[in-house]
Amino acid sequence: MTTMVTTKPSRWKNYSTWANRHRKWLFAAPAMIFVGLLIAVPLGWTLYLSVTDSEGSVRAASNLVGFSNYFEVLTDTERFWPAVMRTFVFTGGALAIELILGMCIALLLWRPFRGEKWVRVAILLPLVATPVAVGMMWRLIFDPNIGFANQVLNWVGIPAQPWLSGQYTALPTLMFVDIWQWTPMVVLMLLAGLTSLSDEPDEAARIDGANSWQRFWFVTLPLLRATVIVTIVLRGIDALKTFDILYATKGKGGGSFHEVETLNIYAFGLSFDYNDYGIASTVLILFFLLIITIMWVLTYRRKANRS
Amino acid sequence: MTTTLSARPVAETSRSIATARRRRKPRAYKIFRVVALALTVLLFVAPLVWMFVASLKTNVDIYDASKTLFFTPTFDNYDNVLSRNNYFGFIFNSFWVALLSTLFSLLIGVPAAYAMSRFAMHRSALVVLMARIIPGVSLLVPWYFIFANMRLVGGFGVLILSHMFVALPLIVYIMISYFDSTPLELEEQAQVDGLTHIGAFLRITLPLSVPGLATAGILSFIFSWNNFMFALVLSGANTKTLPVAIFNFVSYASIDWGSLMAAAVVVTVPIMVIALFTQKYIVSGLTAGATKG
Repeated sequence: MTTMVTTKPSRWKNYSTWANRHRKWLFAAPAMIFVGLLIAVPLGWTLYLSVTDSEGSVRAASNLVGFSNYFEVLTDTERFWPAVMRTFVFTGGALAIELILGMCIALLLWRPFRGEKWVRVAILLPLVATPVAVGMMWRLIFDPNIGFANQVLNWVGIPAQPWLSGQYTALPTLMFVDIWQWTPMVVLMLLAGLTSLSDEPDEAARIDGANSWQRFWFVTLPLLRATVIVTIVLRGIDALKTFDILYATKGKGGGSFHEVETLNIYAFGLSFDYNDYGIASTVLILFFLLIITIMWVLTYRRKANRS
Repeated sequence: MTTTLSARPVAETSRSIATARRRRKPRAYKIFRVVALALTVLLFVAPLVWMFVASLKTNVDIYDASKTLFFTPTFDNYDNVLSRNNYFGFIFNSFWVALLSTLFSLLIGVPAAYAMSRFAMHRSALVVLMARIIPGVSLLVPWYFIFANMRLVGGFGVLILSHMFVALPLIVYIMISYFDSTPLELEEQAQVDGLTHIGAFLRITLPLSVPGLATAGILSFIFSWNNFMFALVLSGANTKTLPVAIFNFVSYASIDWGSLMAAAVVVTVPIMVIALFTQKYIVSGLTAGATKG
């Protein structure tokens, strides 16, 4: 390659040769530097803040306090551990229902039918809708006094529910909102997996006399395994970090009883409402470790299964 | 992209088999399927319709249960949102932030994805994709300080940078899986014909990647348009984006529901229109990597 273009050596040719030889890092460098500066540096700073007593203003003097923040957070059963639990309940619950419902809808859409295009458009709409607007929309629908949800309950004779404003109903209601918005994502992922499957295994099982449920459970689902895991990983990460709909509907601190305060909301509140940067950074580092661990377990298990 | 490209022939054959098979399905199943599909559409679309309907009502009508479905539509809410609350300004802000953060991310993300795909730079790719895992809040505090010290908070530059944090990993992720599926042979052929490596990338691979670029660009635009958390902290009075503007609607004691719903329609409709026309790209972008395993 290089010998061919260097017939008439000139400065430009030299640059060009150099650029082509080092294209690997030349291409990757801008993105890597961007990520390094905007992510690695802040992350390092967060790590540093998590061992200081910084609060009020980061410019204010702060002292290194070692791991006392970690001790304080990990023994905090009033805000931290409930937030961990809510994060898990929210993510686990929403993800499980999204997977089951998503699988049902994907199977429903799998074989072609008339009007297929319109159904696909319909399920795409929640997915692209702005989460804050979605939060506001459900806030009106679930309003205890004027909302449509309670109106429907009234028609069928069930007493009105407090929905988002109830201490125990707020989190399940928000899980429902998350399910409404993100099940389409699961449907699209699973549908992409389903359409890439070959028909033969299914056909063979049919000839062997397997009924539809057996064919799904013993043939289709195992073949879809990789797709299902990718879906769980991608959707799970996003669900753990859910912020928009929680903050838009319940505001600071996840409501007056902290009833929807997940780790993300808790850390945001500590940072920007209480300016308690030391503790906030500690919570964030722990949150980050938690996500990494879950990711690692999922991908590690996948590799272990493959070999 | 991978999925649609490689899956097409398979889908086509399964389609013809499926039509042959459909005749054997019992009538009850057909009816069940139509009902289930109708319910699915209703579940996902009805709330959005409800939002739109409420935006056409006066607040008196919203509070009146007897006017749930029958009322006189009015555009007062839109008038209130657009002219009295200066939403054109917010639309403008959202649009520029989304557009510029997408363009800059494409500019540095596409070559990076290309290198990562062609040279199998798995570890570097993992570093960029880490950005997709990190909770955004953990970056906001340091950013806020760095940028506050530089007196940049409240400017467009910071907003665009922060949105690039979302856009770049997305673009790299989608483009890696796209480049993985484009054949090397054309590039090699171009090099035999005298193009350099970079020349082959610019003149052969990039033009062939337009569908992938469209996919990555559209999704990145949508995610930036919808982003709330970064703008909530980093935007100022003049750079407020639409999601923050909507949120500010409810910071007061009582909620003006009609206008709030009109504002929600104003922020969602442009993105839905884009989605309608670019459905194919959005789906292929969202499902990138779904079948790789």
